[in-house]
Amino acid sequence: MFGFFKRKPAGTMQTRTQTDEDLPMTKAAATADHPVFERIKTEIGEQDVVLFMKGTPVFPQCGFSAAVVQILSHMNVKFKGVNVLDDMEIREGIKAYSNWPTVPQLYVKGEFVGGCDIVREMFEEGELQQYLEGKGLQ
Amino acid sequence: MAMDAREIESLIKQALPDAQVTIQDLAGDGDHYAAQVVSSEFTGKTRVQQHQMVYAALQGRMGGVLHALALNTSPPNA
Repeated sequence: MFGFFKRKPAGTMQTRTQTDEDLPMTKAAATADHPVFERIKTEIGEQDVVLFMKGTPVFPQCGFSAAVVQILSHMNVKFKGVNVLDDMEIREGIKAYSNWPTVPQLYVKGEFVGGCDIVREMFEEGELQQYLEGKGLQ
Repeated sequence: MAMDAREIESLIKQALPDAQVTIQDLAGDGDHYAAQVVSSEFTGKTRVQQHQMVYAALQGRMGGVLHALALNTSPPNA
């Protein structure tokens, strides 16, 4: 069932059909004191685990976002999803906020954990469980 | 919009000269890649920092002309 998370040896990696069609970071969003950062901080502060994603946890609209939702759900982690497709300001701002060019982005207690590849790698190696336990969340 | 695998490799090597870079074109469309990058410059860095170093090497192309690049980074012999 969770074979999807297993790392594939070179040459057999699963082909993804979903794309990460994000717009390049704009100059305005890269400004450190951009007002959207306050909104992002508010979102991140609302719950211990917050996932900025494309679509919603129930209906992800990107394969990478769906993979992170699947991992968190499998681990019974309560989280809030923020749909960046609903909000262009947050969609661009979140990339500048974390200096990370893509969505999804996972935050735990205000700390940026990583994108899809990192979350998947941490999950496979049991590090995600340890990390969440360390934060008092598991 | 698409990007050639050799261009991705050369940009990464410009920033991380000792990097061993393995790139797969996942869908054969020049748009969905997986890259494995091994470099001594990753030693002592977190995964987030390692990925940020690769994204910086790509000079803003990630999330722009380069839609999907699954990354796996590590220091040598990790």
